[in-house]
Amino acid sequence: MADFETPKLDDITTIPTVKSGTMEHSSPYVAKPVIQEPLGFPGELVDDWENVAVAKLGELSNKYRALRVYLDSCVKCGACTDKCHYYLGTSDPKNMPVARQDLLRKVYRRYYTLAGKWFPKLVGATDMTKEVLDDWYSYYHQCSQCRRCSVFCPYGIDTAEISMAARDIMDAVGKGQKYCNEIIGKVFKIGNNLGLPEPALRDTLEDLEEEVEEECGVPVKFPLDQKGADVLLVTPSADFFAEPHIDGLIGYGKVFHQAGISWTVSSHASEAANFGMFIGSYENMRKVSMRIREAALDLGVKRIVFGECGHAWRVAYSFLNTLAGPFDFLDPKYPVPQHICEVTHDLIQKGVLKFDKSQNDHMVLTYHDSCNVARASRMGSKPGGQFTIPRDIIKTVCNNYVDMAADSIHDATYCCGGGGGLLTDDLMELRVRGAKPRMEAVKQVVDAHGVTNMAAICAICKSQFTKVFPYYGYGMDMIVSVHQLVSNAIIMDGAQDGGDEDRETAEDAPQSA
Amino acid sequence: MALTGIYAFLFYLAFVVLVAGLGYKIVQYARTPAPLKIPTTPAPTTRSGVALRMGREVVLFESLFRSNKWIWIFGWLFHAGLFIVLARHLRYFTEPVWWWVDLIQPFGKYGAFAMIIGLVGLWARRLLVDRVRYITSPSDHLMLLLLTAIGVSGALMTFVNHTDIVAVKAFFLGIMGFEFASMQPLPGDILLLLHLGMVVLLMLIFPFSKLLHAPGLFFSPSRNQVDNPRAEPGLRAHDSRHVAPWAVELETDRKA
Ligand code: HEM
Ligand code: HEM
Ligand code: SF4
Ligand code: SF4
Repeated sequence: MADFETPKLDDITTIPTVKSGTMEHSSPYVAKPVIQEPLGFPGELVDDWENVAVAKLGELSNKYRALRVYLDSCVKCGACTDKCHYYLGTSDPKNMPVARQDLLRKVYRRYYTLAGKWFPKLVGATDMTKEVLDDWYSYYHQCSQCRRCSVFCPYGIDTAEISMAARDIMDAVGKGQKYCNEIIGKVFKIGNNLGLPEPALRDTLEDLEEEVEEECGVPVKFPLDQKGADVLLVTPSADFFAEPHIDGLIGYGKVFHQAGISWTVSSHASEAANFGMFIGSYENMRKVSMRIREAALDLGVKRIVFGECGHAWRVAYSFLNTLAGPFDFLDPKYPVPQHICEVTHDLIQKGVLKFDKSQNDHMVLTYHDSCNVARASRMGSKPGGQFTIPRDIIKTVCNNYVDMAADSIHDATYCCGGGGGLLTDDLMELRVRGAKPRMEAVKQVVDAHGVTNMAAICAICKSQFTKVFPYYGYGMDMIVSVHQLVSNAIIMDGAQDGGDEDRETAEDAPQSA
Repeated sequence: MALTGIYAFLFYLAFVVLVAGLGYKIVQYARTPAPLKIPTTPAPTTRSGVALRMGREVVLFESLFRSNKWIWIFGWLFHAGLFIVLARHLRYFTEPVWWWVDLIQPFGKYGAFAMIIGLVGLWARRLLVDRVRYITSPSDHLMLLLLTAIGVSGALMTFVNHTDIVAVKAFFLGIMGFEFASMQPLPGDILLLLHLGMVVLLMLIFPFSKLLHAPGLFFSPSRNQVDNPRAEPGLRAHDSRHVAPWAVELETDRKA
């Protein structure tokens, strides 16, 4: 399958010299008309696409302050050039954040600035041509919208915003990406990315209940569409079947059960992921988000809690109130929405949960900060809670924990290589190469501290690492869910004796926390 | 003297272009909505916290410091030097001269060296580091050339070939007061005329170039937004939210 070479890992991540064109060939499958049209995009490249693209660029720069300011403000200082994992992993200069921005900026300058209209050569402005469009399609699908460049730019220029705008323009001219747009279509039709319909979802959750009861002796419920539950859990659909995601879902279930919080999944909003963000489409992102509002109203819940998913948490934490709020019909005592880690952390603080840490003694753990959680959201009430809360949880349930190198964690974290709508097999080379800086950080802690596993709270990260770890000589099961660790260690009431009485108290217990 | 008239005209023109151009861009930035909350986190949860963050970016180049020490050293030297130089220049335009402008005169003239060293360092990176060379357009070199030439010509006047600064001041106070009848002649030495000619050029291109980074920074959503998007006790009420006017128009599908 692999017709490319897996990069050799260095002891410390080094900055490669520029090698033009190494990733020119990489671009994802283009969406067919049947995929494009339900999202409101033209089926194929429109006749007058040059003008449509330029007009759309103008429209977007009037709608998004970020886009306009970022396109104007870059001074080409070069501070971001070595910050992108795709540049570090591929050496292709168009994967340097500023060069990626320039692909759009040169067209913006040509049509929307005096300097570019009068002196295009001088300021590097170019006409909207087929080559430009092809470059966009290739390199704006080599950006995982991870925002690492934004952290290090003196003006906070966020290449993710530029990539989103570029993808929106490409959709507007009829050149959409198959992977993302097909998935959004499934959410509209069925309710989740996987296209898992309600009966199948019900079966899956029932099977899970049996399995969990067999394993731990406690009848942990995984309710679906249960009206009047306190909590609506919105989780990435990968949690329903993929490894190690499902172990995380089991963890959430055990936490809710043990805390006596009644909860439910919704078949209408059975997906936390929102690929509308990846394609830069406010309208599609809004429509996907509205399903969560509708589900919350319909089920009459008091709180909304999100499962482990990175970009979903960004949309939830940063955008949900904007897109689908206000949530004045929910319990004002709780933030809307909450992250499952916030819930678990709170319960730990209150002493509601008890753990047997030794259950995780077979592992030495490290933690991968997922980009969208780290750089585009928060947890808890203090800035930086998104770093401390998951780590606190891990340290509460595990004895052996070490952090990776400082320049690869917290807000300097390296992307897994598969975020931003790139988690598709047609981009495998990019995904493997883009994972290089993260792999180097992993290798350091494996070699120095005997780390055996890495925990994460993002469905995309988990799937991506499952795929790319083996390329670098590590086991695919090296990646674990944070709530999988919780699940391993949590002491369930009545676990030994089957716990018939406990089941009743748990089910009847009013909301705690 | 024709030269004096030409320079007076050029400065009026440059001033109008600079103010109108910058004003236009600032109004445009302010009017363009930021539909989503996108601060780069961790971000302050209060307005005053954001003001502090912004202050550190403007004064210390905090993000750049984390990012790249060489660019930071040269970039900061250049801007700090530029700031001192410009502050010192205020004496040509104020009568009486403000006390603090007087205060910085003696040591402030060495700001020129900071500025020039900074510029040369940045230029060296542009030529030597392959990544930075790749992203450089001719205009980036020309901008450094222009600023270096302004700096060097100024420094030559300050340290080598003095000009009649009393006359320079009289000229500028004259055109600032629109005293055309009693226009004071500009000294004719070539260094000064070059210096001023290039300053005019800098003012003219400011609103049309990457120099927009100066106002741009203040409008950058990833740096100037407060981290308070979600309904959360203590931060944002459950019935309040951040929405752009154009986004409200999309909301035709709401029941509740
Ligand atoms: C609010 C005020 C300003 C701030 C915060 C600011 C900040 C910065 C920063 C952080 C950089 C990148 C690092 C570097 O290359 O130095 C930069 C670059 C630059 N700034 Fe400023 N700046 C400001 C005002 C100005 C002004 C007034 C000028 C010119 C008259 C200017 C000219 C430049 C130039 C030419 C560069 C690019 C240097 C290069 O080519 O490498 N800046 N600025
Ligand atoms: C209308 C605007 C300006 C006028 C009338 C002006 C005039 C002068 C004069 C007369 C000097 C010589 C001072 C002396 O002999 O002590 C000087 C020096 C200098 N000028 Fe300007 N200049 C102007 C704008 C600028 C600008 C925009 C810059 C930088 C971008 C600049 C950079 C310098 C430098 C670095 C020096 C030498 C250091 C110093 O004396 O502070 N000038 N300028
Ligand atoms: S760090 Fe920011 S200003 Fe500097 S080159 Fe990159 S995007 Fe441009
Ligand atoms: S957002 Fe991430 S992937 Fe995209 S250019 Fe910036 S660092 Fe690279």
